[in-house]
Amino acid sequence: MSTELAPITEAVTDRIGLVQYEEEGGFPVEHGYIWTTCAAVENGNPLFWDETVADDLTDGPIAPPTMLSVWFRPHHWSPGRTEPAVPLQAHFDLKDDLHLPEAIISSNTNTFHDPVRIGDRVRSRQILRSVSEPKTTRLGHGRFWTIDVEYLNQDDALLGVESYTAFGYRRADAKKRADS
Amino acid sequence: MTRLVHGDVAIGDTLPGLSVDVTATTVVLGALASRDWRPMHHDRDFAINRNGTQDIFLNTPNQAAWFERYVTDWTGPAGRLGRMTFRMNTSVFPGDHMVFTATVTGTEVDDAGCGWIDLDVALMVGEVAATTCATRVALPLDENDNPWARRGDAWRP
Repeated sequence: MSTELAPITEAVTDRIGLVQYEEEGGFPVEHGYIWTTCAAVENGNPLFWDETVADDLTDGPIAPPTMLSVWFRPHHWSPGRTEPAVPLQAHFDLKDDLHLPEAIISSNTNTFHDPVRIGDRVRSRQILRSVSEPKTTRLGHGRFWTIDVEYLNQDDALLGVESYTAFGYRRADAKKRADS
Repeated sequence: MTRLVHGDVAIGDTLPGLSVDVTATTVVLGALASRDWRPMHHDRDFAINRNGTQDIFLNTPNQAAWFERYVTDWTGPAGRLGRMTFRMNTSVFPGDHMVFTATVTGTEVDDAGCGWIDLDVALMVGEVAATTCATRVALPLDENDNPWARRGDAWRP
């Protein structure tokens, strides 16, 4: 197996900055999930439990900011779907296009904008921001890339951005194993 | 619950620790609450025999919820998260005793008049920082200020 990396094709560079995979979540933001999430981590913040506090601070109930991606995750099953839904499809596209079979998310940054409110219909879109020159880490030889997932509500207000930096690579021992 | 204001905080301050004994219920409840159906977060046999991990483990969105709870326990409800950067170092399993710790690394009032606190937060298991989270949270400047009321250019996380 060669350790040479495939070049970055025009098809990949053309996607940098392009909005892809714009999709709407399967259900409106609901209070039950907020309470379930708060219960799971014993979060007693009155903003999520006391309507008076929510009215005072946020003009009504909102979801915890870190639940941003919850509203977009697909149901485990839904009628007519035969293949499991894959989150962060732009990431898997890059793995295929750059012929890098392994990948890890090395870091992610979540930035929170307008609060998510009960009844919001959240939609997301994926934007490839960058692909690096070849790099070698302890994991192997490959490239870093950054993908932003933007979340918006039904009024096009930006709710937040999840920015993922991934390293797609071939394992450091792949050539040795292939030659042995 | 406390209601910190920006002037209450100084660089180098440390937050009270939060200790949690992780059980299988912690992991499964957190995964399902965050709508993460992947089997490595609820199926021990899959986690061990397919993923090669020692057990099921906390998923990332649930860890984010723990970090949020930890920070807003400290700030009170007027604290508004602006940004969180995660680095996942090792997994957290049932039987682990996790301890959240944090240190204030920065304080500033931005050009829009919003008071920010920067924190280095860690989820420790033993001596290992399983996950770190650089957090930026807005606090009221005084009792009449409310970071949640900020919109548009007045909110620059």
